[in-house]
Amino acid sequence: MTDTLERPANALNVVGTRPVRPDGADKVTGRATYGADLTMAGMLTGRILRSPHPHARIVSIDTRKAKALAGVKAVVTGADFPSVDSDEAMGGEGGGSIRDLARNVIARDKALYDGHAVAAVAATSPEIAEEALSLISVKYEVLPHVIDVEAAMAPDAPVLHADMFTAGLPTKPDKASNIAQAHESKRGDIAAGFASADVIVEDRYVTAATHQGYIEPHACVASLSADGQGMVWCSSQGQFMVRTYCAKVLGMEASDIRVIPAEIGGGFGGKTTVYLEPIALALSRIAGAPVKMVMTRDEVFRASGPTSGSVMEVKLGATKDGKIVAADVVLKFQAGAFPGSPVGAAVMTTLACYDIPNFRIVGYDVVGNSPKVAAYRAPGAPIAAFAVESAVDELADKLGLDPFKIREVNAVRDGVQASYGPTYRNIGYVETLEAARKHPNLLAKLGPNQGRGVAAGFWFNIGGESTASVNINDDGTAVVASGNPDIGGSRASMAMMAAEVLGLPVEKVRPIVADTASIGYSMLTGGSRTTFATGMAVTQAAQKIVEDLKRRAAQTWDVPVEQVEWMDGSAVCIDGAKRGQALSLADLAAKSGNTGGPIGAQVSLNAQGAGPGFGVHVCDVEVDPETGHVTVLRYTAAQDVGKAIHPSYVEGQIQGGVAQGVGWALNEEYIFDSAGRMENSGFLDYRMPVASDLPMIDTAMVEVPNPRHPFGAKGVGEVPIVPPLAAVANAVRDAIGKRITTLPLSPPRIRAAIDAK
Amino acid sequence: MPHVVLMGSDCAAFAGETRAFDVEGATVRRMIAELEARYPGLGDCIERRMSVAIDGEIHQDALGEALPEGAEVVLIPKIGGG
Repeated sequence: MTDTLERPANALNVVGTRPVRPDGADKVTGRATYGADLTMAGMLTGRILRSPHPHARIVSIDTRKAKALAGVKAVVTGADFPSVDSDEAMGGEGGGSIRDLARNVIARDKALYDGHAVAAVAATSPEIAEEALSLISVKYEVLPHVIDVEAAMAPDAPVLHADMFTAGLPTKPDKASNIAQAHESKRGDIAAGFASADVIVEDRYVTAATHQGYIEPHACVASLSADGQGMVWCSSQGQFMVRTYCAKVLGMEASDIRVIPAEIGGGFGGKTTVYLEPIALALSRIAGAPVKMVMTRDEVFRASGPTSGSVMEVKLGATKDGKIVAADVVLKFQAGAFPGSPVGAAVMTTLACYDIPNFRIVGYDVVGNSPKVAAYRAPGAPIAAFAVESAVDELADKLGLDPFKIREVNAVRDGVQASYGPTYRNIGYVETLEAARKHPNLLAKLGPNQGRGVAAGFWFNIGGESTASVNINDDGTAVVASGNPDIGGSRASMAMMAAEVLGLPVEKVRPIVADTASIGYSMLTGGSRTTFATGMAVTQAAQKIVEDLKRRAAQTWDVPVEQVEWMDGSAVCIDGAKRGQALSLADLAAKSGNTGGPIGAQVSLNAQGAGPGFGVHVCDVEVDPETGHVTVLRYTAAQDVGKAIHPSYVEGQIQGGVAQGVGWALNEEYIFDSAGRMENSGFLDYRMPVASDLPMIDTAMVEVPNPRHPFGAKGVGEVPIVPPLAAVANAVRDAIGKRITTLPLSPPRIRAAIDAK
Repeated sequence: MPHVVLMGSDCAAFAGETRAFDVEGATVRRMIAELEARYPGLGDCIERRMSVAIDGEIHQDALGEALPEGAEVVLIPKIGGG
């Protein structure tokens, strides 16, 4: 349980400024140490043998030849891992259970997708490891496969898991199914709502599976010594998450595994689970030496991530004045090989921007023979927003309304009950709409073949468990340690919040990311929680230090502590015989031995009260009618950020989300051949946007403070990927005069739409 | 008396057709115990799978949180993120 601190009485000196990022120099000079950069004496190379079949029973695995190869130190298969039967949930990030996590790390009786790990080796060189893989003989019984979400839902579809019965139905079905769970959310009388509508729009929307696309592949070094003590160095979104999952998959005690976080080269949700780390530990246990494993890009695509492909049906009804009176939404999401698509979150977010009296939202979590999906920024929300924001645009078009007007008429405000249940408080959606509408970019006139699209988006943002410590050095500088990998600027924001409270220049605060043995537990970096929750822990730790410093100053002056205030980094005596005297932090630190010893504080908390975020985006495009190529001319992203701790980082988060969303809208997709194998598992064929594909992404930060955070912060990292899919689609619709309801809006698809006129 | 609304399908099967409850409990922990007593399995499901929104503010894993008289309590599936 946490309480909000009083906002510091003084004006902010550090929060809201734009200092140089503490990790910047190392990153641009190549000195930052990523997951693949560690080398240890005697280190072995680990490699994984992956299934070439999307669905196959593993009849046998013969590893004898591989084990006999000179230089091979360890070989493992699923049989070398304990049977994990726990249906304990993995936690909120990726969905699914620990049992499924274990079976995704390495296949047991069945391979469930092309790329599913079936065996692994550790050898003295990469070449020997590769040769060893070729010597492993796996006998498969190939089974019929299914990837398309609607095909997987069909009654005659090949069933992946014979023990899976659709959850969330009033009664348990008597037949196994690929539909893992059905979700439903409803309010009011949907039939009466549609009956009162003057205009109804209805369409079917399709999105492809897309990858988070982090530049750095999954990579780790693991060492498990003879006494059972394990060390893992890896790139992830949470060192504690890696420790927990490795312990559960391997049947170890958490205290026997220490995870040291490496720098992370992008995660976006995709590094909220484990793939290599348990295998590397298992290999190391057998080999008695450290094992390094690094995925190739092909492996990253085939065996990690992605997010769901989907089929969605949306029906909206509105009165002539634009008021939406009824909505009916069906969301069918691919989960990949194991349950856990983000359809539940999609059900909750899909109408979260709107105050609609009558609605029904149904979602299906559907397994199929593709990689198990992982979280991806605002999981599920961009997909659902593509469908609903496209439909809202169609509704506006039919009613002859401005796209901002229809969103304003139906906008949620403080006091309105969210579609997912609670009543909104301290939200800034209307302000964000207004900021987007008033942006100078909207004064630009559109030419031939050009179009403008508007879309809105929502994400909850979360708090959760965090630990942070602040320690003062003897020269009066400070070290801030947290348990959260820095994926979006958290080191800078932690240092800034500590500096603000302590009254130090931010350059005198060194932020670090501590390992699992050096600081208390923190939930992983995700859900746009770190600046909010861990920032709260940092602020409270710094506040504790200030109270301690006041006590030490009072002791030094021999005055009551009530006569001491903390002002601009110094203790100041405000009354009595010592009135006007000051002791700086450096003064007090230098004499800390005389006043009680080292100066430091640690705070562990479970932060509550994260404020939801809203974004409104405007995209201008030009479509080449000859080629179908889309050029993004201008992009404007407005967002309620609560309070921007480091505005440049916030802008960067918004711009990054937009870039990923534009790629999702225009080009990115998993393409499978008829045999169920991914055909485009590399960046040449899986087309992500590069700098030359995008204009400057202009941002407008709206600051409606969250009163539960000491500085008013709200999470910012996920909202910006929610609107772009629909904003781009609505712009293309405006440019070519025809709605395309299937993503990506690739040149062939746009040409086909133009030709169909 | 706090008024509790159960959202989503995750725990719905335990409560039959009922989605709204008035409870006596003055904390989240007591509310969960009360619901478990009325609908066996529901409290356990809530504890494992749901977040609790109290008067519009979402709490995750906050058993000790107080439920003010007349509070709006909404049980929603736990939220993660990327």
